Amino acid sequence: MELLSENKRAAIWSIALLIVGLLVWELSISAQAVNTGELTEYELLTGAGTAKAGVPPPSEVAVKAWQELSNPFYDAGPNDKGIGIQIGYSIYRVLTGYFLAAIIAIPLGFLIGMSSVAYKALNPFIQVLRPISPLAWMPLALFIIQDSEASAIFVIFICSIWPMLLNTAFGVAGVREDWVNVARTHELGAFKTAFTVVLPAAAPTIVTGMRISIGIAWLVIVAAEMLVGGTGIGYYVWNEWNNLDLTSVIFSILMIGVVGMLLDAAFGLLQRRVAYVE
Amino acid sequence: MANSFLSIEKLTQRYPDGKGGEFTVFENASFGIEKGEFVCILGHSGCGKSTIMNILAGLSEPTQGVVKMDGFAVSGPSLDRGVVFQNYSLLPWLTALKNVTFGVAARFPDWTKQQVEDHSIAFLEKVGLSGDAIHRKPSQLSGGMRQRVSIARAFANEPKLLLLDEPFGALDALTRGTIQEELLKVWSGTDQTVFMITHDIDEAILLADRILLMTNGPLARVAESVEITIPRPRMRTDIVEHPNYYAIRNHLVQFLGKRSAELAGQVSAPDEIHSPETVRIDKTQDDAVEEQPLLQAVKT
Repeated sequence: MELLSENKRAAIWSIALLIVGLLVWELSISAQAVNTGELTEYELLTGAGTAKAGVPPPSEVAVKAWQELSNPFYDAGPNDKGIGIQIGYSIYRVLTGYFLAAIIAIPLGFLIGMSSVAYKALNPFIQVLRPISPLAWMPLALFIIQDSEASAIFVIFICSIWPMLLNTAFGVAGVREDWVNVARTHELGAFKTAFTVVLPAAAPTIVTGMRISIGIAWLVIVAAEMLVGGTGIGYYVWNEWNNLDLTSVIFSILMIGVVGMLLDAAFGLLQRRVAYVE
Repeated sequence: MANSFLSIEKLTQRYPDGKGGEFTVFENASFGIEKGEFVCILGHSGCGKSTIMNILAGLSEPTQGVVKMDGFAVSGPSLDRGVVFQNYSLLPWLTALKNVTFGVAARFPDWTKQQVEDHSIAFLEKVGLSGDAIHRKPSQLSGGMRQRVSIARAFANEPKLLLLDEPFGALDALTRGTIQEELLKVWSGTDQTVFMITHDIDEAILLADRILLMTNGPLARVAESVEITIPRPRMRTDIVEHPNYYAIRNHLVQFLGKRSAELAGQVSAPDEIHSPETVRIDKTQDDAVEEQPLLQAVKT
């Protein structure tokens, strides 16, 4: 075993676990044999002889995935769009709400981090608003905005603002005084100091907040789209549940996971870029 | 003193003591520094050396008193007063070179990028850093190399006054020795005025033209100004042979060991100005005077 690197051994284990898991899943479903014994007339009338709608085996999910992914962008009417289009709608909403939140949270976080008066003045509001489940805003948003699309974006906005705001404030407040003194002894103005010293010093903390936010936004969009309907991966899951198409439900659950992982990885990359060792 | 290049006039620093009263670190401290002079200040912890340094740098305000440079009162930090901090204060996300160009670009805003870089590289070379090392981040450099970068950044800015706050405090003795000599090399040939805090007597004798001695706090004062009567250029291995070396060193040790405590805590009249008393020890000239009684003592 020592011949293989740690990463290779881990990869072998991952693949082995995947194969075992899929096999157990596949076998446990084909074991649910249909009752083929003698049936009474009553049983035949109530449909006991037909196969139950059960959880599909992985092989069916794989076939479904192949179908969907080989033509992800087809559009055959409001209730029949390709998975790529649905995910595209969700990502569009997440990114719109997320960047609106960033535009407000990062400058406001700077202000709170630099001024303890601003921090103390705004802290009570933040503490009350932050623990509210983003979906609780939905009825109010729908009533005020009167547009389901914009309401979904608002919900993303409100859920992704807090980690970015608090992390920016925390990062900015924690910038070492020595570095600020370096800026002061070099007569840098407020803006120059903010961009050349405070921002790079606080960047790792800020990006951590951004990474937490994008994760939360992706969690929330699925639930929000189940409520507002129309398009998006959340709507797709719920629609396929109403169609009792569990194969599509499982497939879309997996897609949600994959997209979430990719979003997180993108911010992980950004995090590595701004990291520094003291 | 009033005509000195840098004059510190009746500087007083008080802090609230947390019990409703006040705690006076030092009071009416007054001294001057001439252009091109290298002055070290020695004293025990808590005597207010760092406070004086921060006031000179403009990073904090005195309770009373003024600091004048070139005849004008200073307020706030300025590029005319460069600072080397004890903990290097390099920006960890920038390479060594970028840390220097950061300062140079702030000092000379009309220079081209190339000028800024050439100037920075030249100063890094003066402190013995060149090649690959200048493109590394501070975390990839040793403590000694980091402090070299910090010194290069300060000298490259050619400030009117350079403030060094225990720059070698965190370095091991061997590294300290090398960098002290590098500091002397960079300093000599400039008319850079330097004010440096240190805890190390030998370091002060090696580097300084004059050493200011502070009594213990609270109510500390700058009691003496000791001239270092050892000719330059000085090498650490050579100066110990000089007849004045141990005389000066003994004087300093005596002061820090005994008199700094004896002179401490004296409350003064409100208008009393605490100027340091000038002390000049020169064995090369007073040989006859000082050694005669000794010889007699042996004879009798």
